[in-house]
Amino acid sequence: MADIQNITDGGLRTWLLSDSPANAFQARAQRAYVGWLTFKTNPIAMIGLIIIALLLIVAALAPVLTAGEGIEQDLANRLLPPSGEHWFGTDELGRDIYDRIIWGARVTLYIVFLVSIIVMPIGLLIGTVAGYMGGWVDTVLMRITDIFLAFPRLILALAFVSALGPGLENAIIAIAVTTWSPYARLARAETLTVRKSEYILAAQIQGASTWRIVISHVVPMCMSSIIIRLTLDMAGIILTAAGLGFLGLGAQPPLPEWGAMISTGRDFLLDQWWISTIPGFAILIVSLGFNLLGDGLRDVLDPRAASE
Amino acid sequence: MPKSDAPNGVGAGIFPPLPSFFRKLVSFSLTLMLTFIGLMAVTFVIGRVLPTDPAMAIVGNRASEEVYQAMRLQLGLEKPIIVQFWLFLKSALHGDFGQSIMTSRPVVDDIKRFFPATLELATLATFLGIIIGIPMGVVAAVNQGRIIDHIVRVLGLIGYSVPIFWLGMVALLVFYARLDWLPGPGRFEFYYEGVVTPVTGVILIDSAIAGEWEVFRNALGHIILPASMLAFYSLAYIARMTRSFMLDQLNQEYVLTARVKGLPERTVIWNHAFRNVLVQLITVIGLSYANLLEGSVLTETVFAWPGIGLYITNSLFNADMNAVIGGTVVVGVCFVGINMLSDILYRMVDPRAR
Repeated sequence: MADIQNITDGGLRTWLLSDSPANAFQARAQRAYVGWLTFKTNPIAMIGLIIIALLLIVAALAPVLTAGEGIEQDLANRLLPPSGEHWFGTDELGRDIYDRIIWGARVTLYIVFLVSIIVMPIGLLIGTVAGYMGGWVDTVLMRITDIFLAFPRLILALAFVSALGPGLENAIIAIAVTTWSPYARLARAETLTVRKSEYILAAQIQGASTWRIVISHVVPMCMSSIIIRLTLDMAGIILTAAGLGFLGLGAQPPLPEWGAMISTGRDFLLDQWWISTIPGFAILIVSLGFNLLGDGLRDVLDPRAASE
Repeated sequence: MPKSDAPNGVGAGIFPPLPSFFRKLVSFSLTLMLTFIGLMAVTFVIGRVLPTDPAMAIVGNRASEEVYQAMRLQLGLEKPIIVQFWLFLKSALHGDFGQSIMTSRPVVDDIKRFFPATLELATLATFLGIIIGIPMGVVAAVNQGRIIDHIVRVLGLIGYSVPIFWLGMVALLVFYARLDWLPGPGRFEFYYEGVVTPVTGVILIDSAIAGEWEVFRNALGHIILPASMLAFYSLAYIARMTRSFMLDQLNQEYVLTARVKGLPERTVIWNHAFRNVLVQLITVIGLSYANLLEGSVLTETVFAWPGIGLYITNSLFNADMNAVIGGTVVVGVCFVGINMLSDILYRMVDPRAR
């Protein structure tokens, strides 16, 4: 209550910028606000943020923005060029490409979301445990990580999908299996810097268990670098998923996945250029958005790299 | 800020500081061996364990029971899994990955035929990436914050963000179909097939040796588009890293000293700062080259380039697991090998990393 009173008294901005935060919540809010102010001055990062925000909005409002679900065939109107009625034209089955692009945003977000929630916990867990425990646990876990780090990712993902069978979920598993290793390395490096800190020692003296220390004291310290890395990796994840889709190993028809859409347009490339070209632009813009955002986030969250 | 030994974390931490050269060598060989066994284990799992029934995959579900059982015996599927892995490892070390179903030749022979094409493509692309990317990165760093710097940064980010296979298709559409400036997919026109006897397998070298300049010109025309696509990715990476390394160096005191001494800016940039960057770039170039070897899978598909990537994908669709595994192992070994090699080179050139 006191917080709300203070905010209404002095205005939100004053509260957020006051020199002496009254409690932990205010301090945290202030850090986020100052970070946002730095972020705002970076035009490249703002463009990235806007692109990703638009992607989220488009995916959420897909039923409103389109007439169907992007899978309705209309063979009488196949291969139509872009026009007022079909903004991006129609494909070989008469499906509206604009509709498919909009619904494809959902597929892309689905892939990115699932890969993130698989990769982040695995990387964090292996990295923090290895870094905190040290000794043979560290050696074994890091050797395994190094082996995965040394692999060619796309080829391995390809082989995985071919063994598991084509499909969106299998593609996601394959991407996750080949993506987690750098996160473990990163989390370990961050853990090593805090392992000997006094606050960890304090927790140990208070009798906190290893798990408790790792989960509530070490993991939060690794989060910012993991999130930056993940944002920068998003583009790579999207491109790999699109590549698998392009080869016919990712999302299966009639799901409107952008990579698969490029692939179906390949046969019509010379005469009906729009079928392949437009989904490609969608992939380019979204990956670019994640890359720009990741660059900006790094400048805000990691002041060491910002000096570059 | 102290600089880490190896940029990008490549090889960082693999080698703890050891007293003698001999122990270093042992640790290095151990790492190499472990990585290789790991690679083999993962490909083994992919090829033999994950598919529900590898024997069924080969004989098909309409084969008689005898044929099916014979295939199971031939594949050694009745043996314990660890024995199967050992047999797999042993034959792989002898260069035996079995027969390819698709081409009905030993997989190794196929790889020997397809791999040079990938090597040719990746090498040319890396070469282009180096000669364009490095100057771009240096110019961007020297003009930090100016318009040229922003252009290089955005160009680099686009290189990271564009789906290469799509860019290849658009390039084919524009330069081949519409403008007709360059030849279409493939390695050379089909009527040149068999004109040049393969010596190295690299068509540009073979045709030059044979003095078949017509074939050489034709092949050169064909390689320009796919190589440029891959080079775009490579130069984006190299330019970005060069810029960041260069900025690091330009803020060092020795650069200030050189400037204070009154040395011309050119000398300061190229003879002082860039020299130190060059050492760090070895790892970057190695990594980019290794990435192109595997990243050419999609480009090869778009350009019908008969390389290892196309071989692997074609085998995938024919459920030709022997070929997939063989190809994956070869690309994986090259990938690991190049990374290790650039790591060793880096350590040799930079005394701080020893």
